[in-house]
Amino acid sequence: MVKKDITKKIKHDEIIKAESKNLNFFYADGTQALNGVSLPVYENKITALIGPSGCGKSTFLRCFNRMHDLYPGNRYDGQIILQPDNTNILSDGVDPIEVRMRISMVFQKPNPFPKSIYENVAYGLRVRGESNKRTLDEKVEEALKGASLWNEVKDRLQDLAFNLSGGQQQRLCIARALATEPEIMLFDEPTSALDPIATMNIEELMSELKQKLSILIVTHNMQQAARISDYTAYMYLGKLVEYDATNQIFTNPSKKETEDYITGKFG
Amino acid sequence: MAIQNKPAANKNLDLIRKTIADHKRYDFIFASLGTFVIASLTITLLILFLDLVIEGYPRFNLDFFSNFPSRRAARAGILSAWIGSSLVLLVTFFVAVPLGITSGVYLEEYAKKNWFSDLIEINVSNLAGVPSIIYGLLALGLFVYSFGLGQSILTAGLTLALLMLPIVIVSTREAIRSIPVHIREAAYAVGATKWQVCRNHVVPYSYGGILTGVIIGMARAIGETAPVITIGALTFIAFLPPSPIGLEPPFLNFEWLESGFTVLPIQMFNWISRPQHAFHVNAAATGAVIIMLTLLMNGFAIKLRYNIRKKIKW
Repeated sequence: MVKKDITKKIKHDEIIKAESKNLNFFYADGTQALNGVSLPVYENKITALIGPSGCGKSTFLRCFNRMHDLYPGNRYDGQIILQPDNTNILSDGVDPIEVRMRISMVFQKPNPFPKSIYENVAYGLRVRGESNKRTLDEKVEEALKGASLWNEVKDRLQDLAFNLSGGQQQRLCIARALATEPEIMLFDEPTSALDPIATMNIEELMSELKQKLSILIVTHNMQQAARISDYTAYMYLGKLVEYDATNQIFTNPSKKETEDYITGKFG
Repeated sequence: MAIQNKPAANKNLDLIRKTIADHKRYDFIFASLGTFVIASLTITLLILFLDLVIEGYPRFNLDFFSNFPSRRAARAGILSAWIGSSLVLLVTFFVAVPLGITSGVYLEEYAKKNWFSDLIEINVSNLAGVPSIIYGLLALGLFVYSFGLGQSILTAGLTLALLMLPIVIVSTREAIRSIPVHIREAAYAVGATKWQVCRNHVVPYSYGGILTGVIIGMARAIGETAPVITIGALTFIAFLPPSPIGLEPPFLNFEWLESGFTVLPIQMFNWISRPQHAFHVNAAATGAVIIMLTLLMNGFAIKLRYNIRKKIKW
């Protein structure tokens, strides 16, 4: 439920966890998908990105873990500064793998590996060189608990992940992303392939997760953005149209375009 | 609203039904044609195979497998041929499989995509279609004369490995390509390096496809005659290569690699070219053995692939 607290404004004592500064992005074929996007991500808050299909919100999200580096020819221009160490994660000197170790991602479609539940969660740790069985066991359990999946799978950790339901698979993917204790978690329309109950579970989970980390989420579902996020950014045609506290955006947007999109006149 | 009891004649509906019936006729014609072609091919192959089995039947006994070839048809066996074939295939396997898989992974995952990699891709695919005698001539010049490997099991194994390599590379690449993007991205997103992604995900998930390529390649290699004759395999051989496994440490020896040899198809070719009918019986039996080996390998491949794919649903 949306709290009707329209007086809530951006509090200036909140800590910035990451900030994109004048970010442009070009795909290999030359199309510019992002145009001068500047946006803060606050610590222990959920920031939602909304906008019509093709507005660049997923492209923007995928800049945060340098996913675009997997495909040749893509080009960033601008900065994403990650705090507290003030690192520009888009700079050539920063290894994308280092960025992905700090910022994890949950995808649109649940994408567990065709391995056991345990191995799915443990993979991020194994990649980091963790091989101590006891440490792995502990961290896997912790991550599965963090993703509210532990009680459902504790007796069948060695089962294939594909045997889980869609919602469980997505929570498994969250556990996988959580196990490595990331600073920021990116969610790319995490519930668009799920039924309403599974969606509700994931939303509750995100609200719990923000106690520990910062969340940036892309969603097609405006009600979802209103329900869970603290800040909302409305994007259109690769540009940031409006960014504000979620309550503000959904009750009293300052731009006409935002209002049209939110009220369903457009999009 | 009143319920309509008598359906009114509907011209439009009749037309729709007629059109559907007309179009469905093509389904029927195509399906019958397909069934006919498949049936005639299968039956032809089956008849050929049965003919071989029936003709070679008198020779299906243990002696046939444990005797050397002989001047007397009834005492001749395929011992040296099947051992030769096995050892050659062993070399082929250990050369072509690691090389083929790593090449496939490199081309698909590591190589930059440009005109040069396209050129390599086209050529690798073409290599799979080059007549095997060409490989034989290449091997004769390269392995036998230039490298001085002689007319040995090693040479034959390497030659057949050349033949098999493109098949393994192509099937590896295709298997890798069928891994969905979102699985690959998931692995990268947790911070895996390219090597970790290949080692833990790309290659394991491709085993089914790679395996199919390997077995198809092996099945092709087992029946190849021309390149093996070209490099000078013996046609009559009454000795075995030194055993690869010894009783004393280090338990393995590699002298057999330099040994002369013959293989099943050559043995068959040798017998079929004799005038006496009794040898033709031997040839038929050998042919049946080759076909059964191929079938066995293919069956094994299908079973393994099935088991692997059962676990992987994208």
